[in-house]
Amino acid sequence: MSASRHRWHFNAVVGYSLVGAIALIAAVAVFWTPYDPLHLSVRNKLQAPSLVHWLGTDELGRDVASRAMAGAATSCWVALLTVLFAVTSGTVIGLLAGFIRGWTDRIVMAFNDTLLAFPGILLALAIMVIIGANQYGIIIALGLAYAPMVVRVVRGSVLSIREKEYIEASVMIGNSPVVTMLRHVLPNCVAPIAVLATSMFGWVILSESALSFLGLGVPPPAPTWGNMLSGSRSHIQSAVWLGLVPGVCISLTLLGVNLLGDHLRDRLDPRIH
Amino acid sequence: MIRYIIRRLLMTLPTLFLVGVSVFALIRLIPGDPAQLMLGDSVDPGELVEVRRQMGLDQPIHIQFFEWASKVLQGDLGVSLSDGQAVLPLLVERFQVSGVVVLIAVMAALMIAVPAGLFAAHKQNRAADISIVALSTVLLSIPSFWLGLILLLTFGLALGWLPVVGYVPLSTSFLIGMSFLVLPIATLAVIEAGVLTRMMRASAIEVQRLEYVTHARAKGASEWRVLTRHILPNAFAPTLTLVGLILGNLLGGIAVLETVFTLPGLGRLLVDAIFARDYPVVQGCLLFTALIYVLVNLLVDLCYPLLDPRVTAE
Repeated sequence: MSASRHRWHFNAVVGYSLVGAIALIAAVAVFWTPYDPLHLSVRNKLQAPSLVHWLGTDELGRDVASRAMAGAATSCWVALLTVLFAVTSGTVIGLLAGFIRGWTDRIVMAFNDTLLAFPGILLALAIMVIIGANQYGIIIALGLAYAPMVVRVVRGSVLSIREKEYIEASVMIGNSPVVTMLRHVLPNCVAPIAVLATSMFGWVILSESALSFLGLGVPPPAPTWGNMLSGSRSHIQSAVWLGLVPGVCISLTLLGVNLLGDHLRDRLDPRIH
Repeated sequence: MIRYIIRRLLMTLPTLFLVGVSVFALIRLIPGDPAQLMLGDSVDPGELVEVRRQMGLDQPIHIQFFEWASKVLQGDLGVSLSDGQAVLPLLVERFQVSGVVVLIAVMAALMIAVPAGLFAAHKQNRAADISIVALSTVLLSIPSFWLGLILLLTFGLALGWLPVVGYVPLSTSFLIGMSFLVLPIATLAVIEAGVLTRMMRASAIEVQRLEYVTHARAKGASEWRVLTRHILPNAFAPTLTLVGLILGNLLGGIAVLETVFTLPGLGRLLVDAIFARDYPVVQGCLLFTALIYVLVNLLVDLCYPLLDPRVTAE
């Protein structure tokens, strides 16, 4: 058993470090990058990594390290807003459906289950068709695509929590349903929401980079890991670093988030143990 | 058992109905006149009026929906705006590419994941288990389009073992056709094996604690028999559900991989249609993919009782 505890401890440390490092890089990139990530310099195009350009330059002579940093900021910001949007809307709807029950619950959940019956990325693509490809379009599209999962999880927790005695007590001492819901039901849903939100952050990073890779996400010239990877394709043979840098960035971020998610699930979700 | 099947079949009806409503609504939610959208930009006003009448845009919305739905049910998904091709045959043709890739990849992933997951669970918390979990978590974190790019770079460009760009239908030449599909299939299989191994391991660990496993061991069954006869069938059920979800998600998300490997599949068709504002094709792709997703999950649920008869006893 000690081996297990040791391992999860190790994984959590790696997870926290990776996520912390990426968050730090993203935060720094908002204020400072080695070069202007949008600055074109065709004279310096496709330079291999060197002391001047740590990670080389791309086909338009832009500094890859600066673009990767700025990409971290964009990707994390988009993912953060998307998760916030999905979690907030999903929590409100799930809370109401689980607390009111009856027909409200039935109709909401029938609709919700239908949305869950679509693959998330397909739903996001469909929504992108309607609102068009831009940074905020992608937040709405991915947020709406992932919100149904939050609704499902929150409603499930609410249904089990509302049968607890302390909820009965809260109603009996005369608390209004709104107070009961916000003060006593909601705080007890936080653990499963946190676990889901962590995994979701990873899925959104992945989906956003996939959509940007296809040209349906954050539009160029704003750098994201997805569109950097997409741009690297025509130079993949002559400039390997162009394809390696964004790919390694995405993979390390996802690895960190996945490890963190596993750790949180072990800590917070009693159903696993 | 029959009641379970009927109930599960009936459950797909509202889903399919709402799928239809959403795809129908899509074209009406895009800002602008649907007839204009369907025709593209350069049309004369007379033709526009004619198409508006043909599309029934002068009718109440629910009549429009039922007319559209009855056409869809007869397999009439309209024609592509870019080349006037009927949408349904186009979808079927493209689906054959994506379908082959996804199906073979998931089968291969299962062949890796089931033994690996069982083995990891059997050696829980030992070195072998820790390495398997670590490896699958790493695989889980690699985007498919990046791994595809790396494999393409290694086996296509650097080693020159496999073709880099292009596609030959399997019906034309199986061997040459497969040489174009090996890398996309390998990419997907490796990544999905990561997800499935973790799932298989988690459910096997849960199952191997149960009393009937202890009982099987106590009565002297060999470890191999315990693993294959008692743990595997029960641990496989959740993995199967995940397989259904993965199949659907892959069909929705395969566009990126088809872009990397320049395969003319369903995902690429959808993305190209979105860029070209070819709305009949967009609608067709969404409808088709959602239908396949619903059908695959139906099939998975119908297979469930074969593994775990308790499902039908509810």
